Amino acid sequence: MDPAFLVIQGLNGLASASSLFLIASGLTLVFGVTRIVNFAHGSLTMLGAYAAALLAPLAMASLGKPLGFWTAIAVAAIAVGLLGVLIEIVLLRRIYRAPELFQLLATFALVLIIQDLVILTIGPQDVLGPRAPGLTGFVEIFGRRFPLYELFLIAVGPIVLGLLWLLLTRTRFGILVRAATQDREMVGALGVDQARLFTGTLFLGAFLAGLGGALQIPRAPANTEMDLALIAEAFVVTVIGGMGSVTGAFLAAILIGVLQAYGILIFPEITLVVVFLLMAIVLVVRPYGLLGKPEPIGAGPGAAFALTLRPWTGVENALAILGILALAAAPLLLDAYGVTVATEAVILALVAFSLHLIIGVGGLVSFGHAAWFGLGAYGAALAVKSLSIPMEAALALAPLVAGLGAALFGAFVVRLSGIYLAMLTLAVAQILYAVAFQWVEVTGGDNGIVGVWPADWASGRIVYFYLVLALAGAAILALRRIMYAPFGYALRAARDSALRAEAIGIAVRRTRWLAFALSGAAAGLAGGLWTFLKGAIDPTVLSIPVSVDALAMLLLGGAQTVIGPIVGAGLLHMMEDQTMPLTDYWRLVLGLVLLAIVLLAPRGVVGAIEALREARRDETRAAKGAPP
Amino acid sequence: MSALLEARGLSKRFGGVVAADAVSFSLAPGEMLAMIGPNGAGKSTTFAMVGGQLAPDSGRVLLDGADVTGLSPAALFRRGIGRTFQVAQTFATMTVCENVQMALLSAAGEVFGLWRTARARHREAALEALARVGMAQAADRPTATLAYGDVKRVELAIALAARPRVLLMDEPTAGMAAQERAELMALVRTIARERAIGVLFTEHDMGAVFAHADRILVLVRGEIVAAGAPEAVREDARVRAAYLGETGARTAAQALDARETHDGGRP
Repeated sequence: MDPAFLVIQGLNGLASASSLFLIASGLTLVFGVTRIVNFAHGSLTMLGAYAAALLAPLAMASLGKPLGFWTAIAVAAIAVGLLGVLIEIVLLRRIYRAPELFQLLATFALVLIIQDLVILTIGPQDVLGPRAPGLTGFVEIFGRRFPLYELFLIAVGPIVLGLLWLLLTRTRFGILVRAATQDREMVGALGVDQARLFTGTLFLGAFLAGLGGALQIPRAPANTEMDLALIAEAFVVTVIGGMGSVTGAFLAAILIGVLQAYGILIFPEITLVVVFLLMAIVLVVRPYGLLGKPEPIGAGPGAAFALTLRPWTGVENALAILGILALAAAPLLLDAYGVTVATEAVILALVAFSLHLIIGVGGLVSFGHAAWFGLGAYGAALAVKSLSIPMEAALALAPLVAGLGAALFGAFVVRLSGIYLAMLTLAVAQILYAVAFQWVEVTGGDNGIVGVWPADWASGRIVYFYLVLALAGAAILALRRIMYAPFGYALRAARDSALRAEAIGIAVRRTRWLAFALSGAAAGLAGGLWTFLKGAIDPTVLSIPVSVDALAMLLLGGAQTVIGPIVGAGLLHMMEDQTMPLTDYWRLVLGLVLLAIVLLAPRGVVGAIEALREARRDETRAAKGAPP
Repeated sequence: MSALLEARGLSKRFGGVVAADAVSFSLAPGEMLAMIGPNGAGKSTTFAMVGGQLAPDSGRVLLDGADVTGLSPAALFRRGIGRTFQVAQTFATMTVCENVQMALLSAAGEVFGLWRTARARHREAALEALARVGMAQAADRPTATLAYGDVKRVELAIALAARPRVLLMDEPTAGMAAQERAELMALVRTIARERAIGVLFTEHDMGAVFAHADRILVLVRGEIVAAGAPEAVREDARVRAAYLGETGARTAAQALDARETHDGGRP
């Protein structure tokens, strides 16, 4: 290969690395101090890009070209920084002590809300910004033209790193930030005003995100999809570098930038995979990233979604039977459209319930459940399309493929815990998403696989509903059985106290690994059923929103109870079905629902009902004068 | 007495610090062996090496003459080593009885059972184990609602449920009131005698150590500087200088006196 070309490609990689570093440094700083992984960090970058792209032409018209351009960049970054302050005061302050899963969900709710607000106010079209005055030219490097602006970006990374280093080592604020990153409790105990420190950190983090976005506009237009794309990459960079380490983020950004630049030459189809694979490998070899430190005890999985088991009362058994009967009678009561919605709801209930096994029972916060749902969906679709096997066999294959996939990846996942486990599961789902997206010959890429219909006997809407009800219902009952069996208890034991579980002979990792595989298999069955319901699938079945939907259902219903996730699936799907025809802004609604769960009803709907019942029971007891 | 558990030359260094330097001791059935020493003396390191949390750099751990060095805590449990922790570890979302049942399910090799309901399995045996530590009346209470002293007792019941031959107790009385401490240690000693369990424990409360230990190991800077009967250890000049001091020696003397009058000494 032409050496000059390789040099240019390396420089391209460094330019991307700079942009990536700006975004990731803010994310990692905020995490270091607040211990919150801010899912909305990519959205802040997106807002920075929009703000700069919209402001720059106006500013350049009134202030003159260079001054106007750079003023617009600065104003955009500062405005995003201030938005960060607002987010800290309004939302984050309320969830610093919440379990990681709630923090992830709450900030993901912001992603959804910001996305729809941008579409609402600016519109769905891309916004192209002006080019940077004075940096529009090219330089010649080994006889090739290289954009001046890219060179400028390459310099920005180290400059920002240097400035951050000065800030962190030479100012009181910076020293406090570093102290809090090492030991937040101690900084609090020393009488530091935590509120101001946290607000300041959020300003800095959001400012860096905004700056990273604003500096992108001469390269690429601002668009509504950059938030999730950027946050996924920024997660990878911060996890590889070590959460909380700015220098680590810089090293990881360079690693990723260069890897992508050269990777595209060698394996153009799997560049996305390579990035997430690198993260998975780093997490397995160095569980806390290149320069990260072992996580001090966090809030842990949290009691809010720790399932407690007790035998069902007569009333509860009756309700469950009534529910099953109502479902069985659904086709008689609903129109054709209603039957389809009910079929979807039953499949989603299985997805939520399978997630329940690892989160509610196992305490493992998986943020990538879409992986197993999608693996089952693709497994079934490919079996029918490429191997021409019948629906029945494909439906048997779906849980098998997903279960094996979950067993394979799960072997790595169960080595981690807490936020790192959540990040790795997210990465696994993203790897599979990337494969489905980029491996066009097999998966059909973006278009997916079409024309996967049920066998003739099951092609009627109502018959297929009953097929789904029978299979998903059986899987749910089997999972419920497992929760009440010794294995479910052992899994719960490992969640409550891994130390104690080990000390009484429970192989904690193996227990979690098996749970992961079983949960994956159940989700895979749901994926297979989904494929035949829709007749077509595309990579969205593997995307982050699917994972988030599953979490939302689980928590909306309430993960402390056995039945919660099923109720949650029904409720959320009904809500979606009722909202979608009325408004284009379902994401906004979903975001608000997620925030409501986290802030108002952390135990979910069923949990709230339980709490009411407990309160009533206590009252009756008190009224009778019996001891509580 | 034949050795039930034996440590031979256990060593561990962390960077330049020698946390444990050729620590050797043996534990007989029914014996209460205390390990004491100042902070940083290597008690926790030694304890972790015996309990399977930490692999020694060199040296061996023998259980009934069989090499168990470097086995995981789970594997050690299956060979008959139970343990309790400095901060009691129980399963907070389960009832007291279920906590103990968990240990019995595991001992019976049933934890990978996916079908049969767990709730009633081994309940009788679990209730018996709870009765032994005086917690049977709380069997169906959620563990999260117990007072800490009771949680410690439940933990003891969990550790004893599967009839271990060796019990490792890390700071068994930490966080308990004085009265509870004495009761818990007396209970452990009675059970140890009854079932010929060898008990190795670390402890900061010299009252508990000198009132209940049959033998005492004193660790200072990773080395055993003294080992023997409580009276001898109390008299040891090096131990006084390095660890006990005057207050500790007084506490020890009081505990030993009380022991003479109450239970007539050791077997």
